[in-house]
Amino acid sequence: MSETSQIVRDTANRLFTERISPQLLLGAETGAWLGEEWTLIEEMGLPLAMVGEEDGGVGLDDVDAAMLIRVAGANAVPLPLAETMLANRFLAAAGLPLSSGPATVAPVRPTDRFHLERAGGGWHLSGTAHRIPWARSAQTVLVLAEAGGQTFAVRLDDGQVRTESAHNLAVEPRDSLFVDGAVPDTAVAPLPDGMGFGDLMAMGAALRTAAMAGAIGRVLELTVGYANERAQFGRPIGKFQAIQQSLAVMAGHAAAASGAADLAAEGLSQGARSLTVAVGKARAGEAAGVVATIAHQVHGAIGFTHEHSLHFLTKRLWSWRDEFGNEAHWNRLFGQRMAEAGADGVWPLIASL
Amino acid sequence: MQDFSFPAPPTAPDTAELRAEVRAFLAAELAGYPAAERIRSWSGFDADFSRKLGQRGWIGMTWPKQYGGHERSALERYVVLEELLAAGAPVAAHWIADRQSGPLLLKVGTEEQKRTILPRIAAGEFFFCIGMSEPDSGSDLAAVRTRAVPVEGGWRVNGTKLWTTYAHHAHAIILYCRTGAADDRHGGTSQFLVDLTLPGITVRPIADLSGARHFNEVVFEDVILPHSALIGQEGDGWNQVMSELAYERSGPERFLSTFVLFVELVRTLGSQMTPDAAGALGRLGVHLVVLRRLSRSVAGMLQDGRNPALQASVVKDLGALVEQEIPEIARQLMAMEPDLRSHDALSSVLGYSILNAPAFSLRGGTREILRGIIARGLGLR
Repeated sequence: MSETSQIVRDTANRLFTERISPQLLLGAETGAWLGEEWTLIEEMGLPLAMVGEEDGGVGLDDVDAAMLIRVAGANAVPLPLAETMLANRFLAAAGLPLSSGPATVAPVRPTDRFHLERAGGGWHLSGTAHRIPWARSAQTVLVLAEAGGQTFAVRLDDGQVRTESAHNLAVEPRDSLFVDGAVPDTAVAPLPDGMGFGDLMAMGAALRTAAMAGAIGRVLELTVGYANERAQFGRPIGKFQAIQQSLAVMAGHAAAASGAADLAAEGLSQGARSLTVAVGKARAGEAAGVVATIAHQVHGAIGFTHEHSLHFLTKRLWSWRDEFGNEAHWNRLFGQRMAEAGADGVWPLIASL
Repeated sequence: MQDFSFPAPPTAPDTAELRAEVRAFLAAELAGYPAAERIRSWSGFDADFSRKLGQRGWIGMTWPKQYGGHERSALERYVVLEELLAAGAPVAAHWIADRQSGPLLLKVGTEEQKRTILPRIAAGEFFFCIGMSEPDSGSDLAAVRTRAVPVEGGWRVNGTKLWTTYAHHAHAIILYCRTGAADDRHGGTSQFLVDLTLPGITVRPIADLSGARHFNEVVFEDVILPHSALIGQEGDGWNQVMSELAYERSGPERFLSTFVLFVELVRTLGSQMTPDAAGALGRLGVHLVVLRRLSRSVAGMLQDGRNPALQASVVKDLGALVEQEIPEIARQLMAMEPDLRSHDALSSVLGYSILNAPAFSLRGGTREILRGIIARGLGLR
């Protein structure tokens, strides 16, 4: 790990572990916005992690940026850090002003599309997108829309959108977002050639992969810790071979998820062109399900209560694996690419990743 | 909890040229080599093929030149290995020597052992087998009973080794046996370099469940070894064996055993791939890509002189699962009957894979033992 990576990781980790308590997570589940914590995150410049210094950002490399999200995932940070990082990355790419507060991106589902057309002296944007992370809290929404065969970035402020509340299983906002109105020229700009909706999906998937790897690592720690403490039948349950075998399976999936996140992070800057993102999201998503299942099995009834903190992580794992494309989506994409490569092209394809 | 992390795999000077060279060599050498043979790969014994690889400089690649090696990087070696396995090349003849016997000698062997043996391994002319398992010990290596007793001029060995792959073709065996007290489970063991032509050694075949012969029972009856046969330190056998196992558990052979079936499956499904089939195949491909990354990471750790025994166990456990899953998924996608003797390539390859899959989670350490090692790493034992 490079020195920068280590510093980024340690600083973010310190901030998150100090601030993100179970009480705070419970508050977030009731809809509280963690304003103080967001301010601290902004003061550290984290929302600008994926924007180059020449564009006014922090200019971390993608692996380090993903590492930030991994650390946030390990702490179940209930704030739109990944979404704001992404929004700023796209705003910078389009040459639009960066977000000054929390931001989000739309659309995030393959079937949702916005309609953009010339109207009067500016543009008119209309459309609906579902499951938009943190839409209700975002001061800026980056919308991608096509017009005349070109993908445009549109920078909306919170006054230009209407939202309707919805949530993922972890009670993180995943709102519906409605737009129908005029947008000035200054808020619309084409993305560089070849950059489009697929890139947003892929980069979102890479960051969710990082978050899952972080949460999975933390769940493993918690579960091993619990197995060493909790005694039944006169000894810690971790002394039972059956439990040890289950935890070893969990550790294997955690290792795979970690490798998957590394692969996805390396593909982050290539967006939709990177097959390693497909690989990473699919593998980490599969690991998430296995890890959550074993974690709850080992924790027993106490882990099934709202009192215990385990669910803050497992509910996120159950949610994140389905966001920005589930395993089926990315597995199919990779399977199709292998089919296109043909039998004799399969190995060269795998060995290129 | 021990460190479970897998550092980024090593980067080396561009390996594209080497990879292209290996692919061109394999395309020529294996032209017309049927899938039913390719699926055997690291169980496929072909001394001529191994000699050709040796001539190319693709055995003992990372070893010092003074011992016949080529001083190339671990990543370059990895490229050659995975290309051989992915193509289903018959590599069994030299595989053990290249993977673990050679590295063991390089690490703890005497100067004489290194000078006499390593160049012949690297030339693809000297083959090894592994003398670890015994009839009553299995994965419990500390329970071995074969014993070497000091005698005038050397050692006398009595005992039996089992599941010794290709002992009937190998030139030498690395014998792991007891040299100390029976109750000194770890400290009382040592390793020896044993010429398999010595008097008193009997190699008996054991057919596997498909009827094929690659296993053997190797019986030692009053076999006399010279002092020079000892590898490393007397009494240090356990530690030596454990570090040897990291080489055995993390390589691409731990997840590519049924890759030829995977390729044939893609060939058969071809362009009429349904979304469900693409999803199922894609998932296996995804697993292979991630395993490959973890495995290359372990190769890097070995190169750096670290001891990635824990990570190697993780790779082997995950790898065996995927290798065993490929034939199961293939069955579901093709609804065909496996037949070892079928003229249909897929049916035959599927048959071979099904009959061999049980071994994947046994050889090189059984699944439960590996998971025990992982649990120990987690701090549970």
